[in-house]
Amino acid sequence: MNFTLRIWRQKNRKAAGGMETFKVTDVEAHMSFLEMLDLLNHQLVEKGSEPVAFDSDCREGICGACSLMINGEAHGPLKETTACQLSMRHFRDGETITVEPWRAEPFPVVRDLVVDRGALDRIIEAGGFISVGTGSAPEANVIPVPKYDADIAFQTATCIGCGACVAACPNGSAMLFTAAKISHLAHLPQGDPERERRAIRMVEQMDAEGFGGCTNHYECGEACPKGISVSFIADMNREFLRAAAASPEFKAVEPPIAKA
Amino acid sequence: MALDPRVPDGPLEKKWDKCRNEMKLVGPINKRKHRILVIGTGLAGASAAASLAELGYQVDVFCIQDSARRAHSVAAQGGINAAKNYRADGDSAYRFFYDTLKGGDFRSREANTYRLAEISGNVIDQCVAQGVPFAREYGGQLDGRSFGGVLVSRTFYARGQTGQQLLLGAYSALSRQVGLGAIRMHTRTEMQDLVVVDGRARGVITRHLETGELKRWSGDAVVLATGGYANVYYLSTNGRGGNVTATYRAYKRGAFFANPCYVQFHPTCIPAAGEHQSKLTLMSESLRNDGRVWVPKKKGDTRAPGQIPEDERDYYLERLYPSFGNLSPRDIASRAAKRMCDEGYGVGPGRQGVYLDLADSIKRLGEKVIRERYGNLFEMYEKITGDDPTRVPMRIYPAAHFTMGGLWVDYHLMSNLPGLFVLGEANFSDHGANRLGANALLQGLVDGYFIAPQTISHYVADSKPAPLSADHAAFAAAEQEARDRIGKLIAVNGSKSADVLHRELGQVMWHHCGISRNRGDLEKGLGKIAELRERFWREVRVPGVNEEYNMALERALRVADFMEFADVIVRDAIDREESCGAHLREEYQTPEGEAKRDDEKFCNVAAFEHKGVGVEPVRHIEPLTFETLHLSTRSYK
Ligand SMILES: Cc1cc2nc3c(=O)[nH]c(=O)nc-3n(C[C@H](O)[C@H](O)[C@H](O)COP(=O)(O)OP(=O)(O)OC[C@H]3O[C@@H](n4cnc5c(N)ncnc54)[C@H](O)[C@@H]3O)c2cc1C
Ligand code: FES
Repeated sequence: MNFTLRIWRQKNRKAAGGMETFKVTDVEAHMSFLEMLDLLNHQLVEKGSEPVAFDSDCREGICGACSLMINGEAHGPLKETTACQLSMRHFRDGETITVEPWRAEPFPVVRDLVVDRGALDRIIEAGGFISVGTGSAPEANVIPVPKYDADIAFQTATCIGCGACVAACPNGSAMLFTAAKISHLAHLPQGDPERERRAIRMVEQMDAEGFGGCTNHYECGEACPKGISVSFIADMNREFLRAAAASPEFKAVEPPIAKA
Repeated sequence: MALDPRVPDGPLEKKWDKCRNEMKLVGPINKRKHRILVIGTGLAGASAAASLAELGYQVDVFCIQDSARRAHSVAAQGGINAAKNYRADGDSAYRFFYDTLKGGDFRSREANTYRLAEISGNVIDQCVAQGVPFAREYGGQLDGRSFGGVLVSRTFYARGQTGQQLLLGAYSALSRQVGLGAIRMHTRTEMQDLVVVDGRARGVITRHLETGELKRWSGDAVVLATGGYANVYYLSTNGRGGNVTATYRAYKRGAFFANPCYVQFHPTCIPAAGEHQSKLTLMSESLRNDGRVWVPKKKGDTRAPGQIPEDERDYYLERLYPSFGNLSPRDIASRAAKRMCDEGYGVGPGRQGVYLDLADSIKRLGEKVIRERYGNLFEMYEKITGDDPTRVPMRIYPAAHFTMGGLWVDYHLMSNLPGLFVLGEANFSDHGANRLGANALLQGLVDGYFIAPQTISHYVADSKPAPLSADHAAFAAAEQEARDRIGKLIAVNGSKSADVLHRELGQVMWHHCGISRNRGDLEKGLGKIAELRERFWREVRVPGVNEEYNMALERALRVADFMEFADVIVRDAIDREESCGAHLREEYQTPEGEAKRDDEKFCNVAAFEHKGVGVEPVRHIEPLTFETLHLSTRSYK
């Protein structure tokens, strides 16, 4: 197969970027989208041009590194599939494919298709954890966790932190990402003691990073490669309101974490 | 040089307690004065960094990905072992220890392996407290299953995403400390060299992957938790970023590399589809519980699997190993598959694959049951191959997966270079010549949460490292060397991308030092590696400059290290004239193709000391003694 690729090129954070067109030939249907980009890059490097930068590592849909807008869709056309798992058989021979980085205020472009998603880490740093020191954990089976709760916790914990939800949202909202972690920990008895503080801290960090609000477009749920349901956003809002109403901490939260 | 493993004396089950009781402590105020550098944020690095910061040390943490959460531990599917004995099925620390030692074919250090089993339960407690959503039974208790030829149910899991969930647990503990200011996290920052001053590890040189900036970091101890080196085979189940750079650089600075030839090949991976394949995807071994492995009886049979009648199929594992059949251990299953393909019975494109057929189980249990068990794997398989495993038998083939070899460490997980601690897959310690399924995740967390924080404290208390400025000449020299190397790479200006040359190296390793080995092929391999290395430095092309996000440079630097390191693996494989665990030397096997160990000559750890690139390294020996268990021969017939 042969393709025409229109790819966003940008040298660094400060440089202006633009679309550049490439031809890539001898693509095989079984290749993944990233392997197709690898092939393009080999051809570029051997000609002495700089390869198109993009993030990837596991190449099996679990690390969350790959982050491509393919023809305007986060991770491309296939539902619940990351770009690294998307094979070229889903494209038509000769097609023109547009590839862009995640676009959102809090995700500055680092180079070409690579963005800085440190904002998502900072949301977790603000409260996405249970404060338990090493060695101070009780015997694991002392606190039973109903299977139902464990399963819900798992469904949200499955988030790979790729940022597709943010990229897909017209408002650049990180609600689904944040909600997933809040719901995960709120559904477990171990997460209960810090529940209010967590909700407040994480939501405030999310706002401080400049992510937009949710106006119910639900593009995030469509784009999520792990199929995390948008209904968890409502859960998060409930958690936040509950915390705001009940918690003295609401008045006393620390300032958000600053960018390094 | 005599290698002192520093194993405490006394009975096996008392050794770790004794060690802990005798270790020195650092007072809370003094801890704050010490800086520890942790390289890697997989299970081992993240857990160690979080625990050290909780103790009060100042910690700097480095990883190459854009977030600590993306370390390759995230990709582990199957599970994590712990001797909890919740089922009262007779499990115990001792039994777990026994299985691990036997699985490793008596090539691991007894005391380390026992400690792994002893601490396993605490790891599960810690993870549950952090909110890791392990599978539960209806009563709310943890669910367990049995895994990889073990007779008890000791594997805990979170669907097929156990590694992800454990890593997110460790990452959350790490993130908490980052938020509290106790950890400085440096993402997209790659270690380029280790700095050794007066024989002690005192710092690292890093390259920032976005800006190319080279930087010096001085610390009181350095922790390497940088994962395994299976990517030396180019195609493996590891992530694209997997590299040997950190451990290899430490080796060049004097740390000994132990048992580099012990590489595990996983039998159930999706075969490579073509030349541009960038990595191989593992299909959980659990499939072998319900799948039957076969090839056509006729060589080069190109009929579709459905067209091949029952009596023209060879269920070779069932035929060769009647008692374990399709559940034979990883190394046996891998070798048998390769042998079938080498002899011309392989199936699929390139004839490098065998069938794993679920049809009988579907007939017996119904498609619904089988889908419930393996649904997510089927989806993954179908995404990659376009085939539905409930209609067409899956094709599988072995792939390089896990490296038991690594930097040599003593019982404290400290290398022969004082101040250098090595954790997780990067060290050599617990798995001997073959790792049992679900033991690697455990090892990473045992090392990081429970061992290293204590042994590092002891080291700090005992050796009282004085503050050291990064202006010291050793730092300047190491930084300059790193800069020169980068300059040299860019200056080659050849015609090939580093990946293309890396793929060639992978081919040499696969054919000359792969699943089964012999002296003739190994020696030829050594020559080919030397040739390829020389070509690499003539032919590689790295466009662009250092001072930018330069993917080509990043990869070329890693490949350059693989080109040198491959040599050490092959030399170890030549020297080890026996078959043990995953290391099969064709000259040392029974007529039925069973591995033959040589306990007289090789009941030991081989630890290599660098003497120059392509130069025979010095082979040091740590003899292995077994106080509790008697050496016995493995048989899965
Ligand atoms: C597909 C797959 C499935 C598996 N399934 C299982 C399973 O079910 N059960 C089990 O027990 N084990 C399993 N394993 C093995 C297990 O996952 C690994 O052995 C283990 O997770 C390794 O953890 P680690 O912390 O040592 O290293 P990793 O998780 O590999 O982390 C390495 C870290 O080091 C960093 N790093 C590397 N090089 C550098 C450098 N030069 N400079 C700076 N940072 C660097 C990386 O950024 C990363 O943060 C599996 C492995 C694979 C590949
Ligand atoms: S590369 Fe890991 S999810 Fe795509």
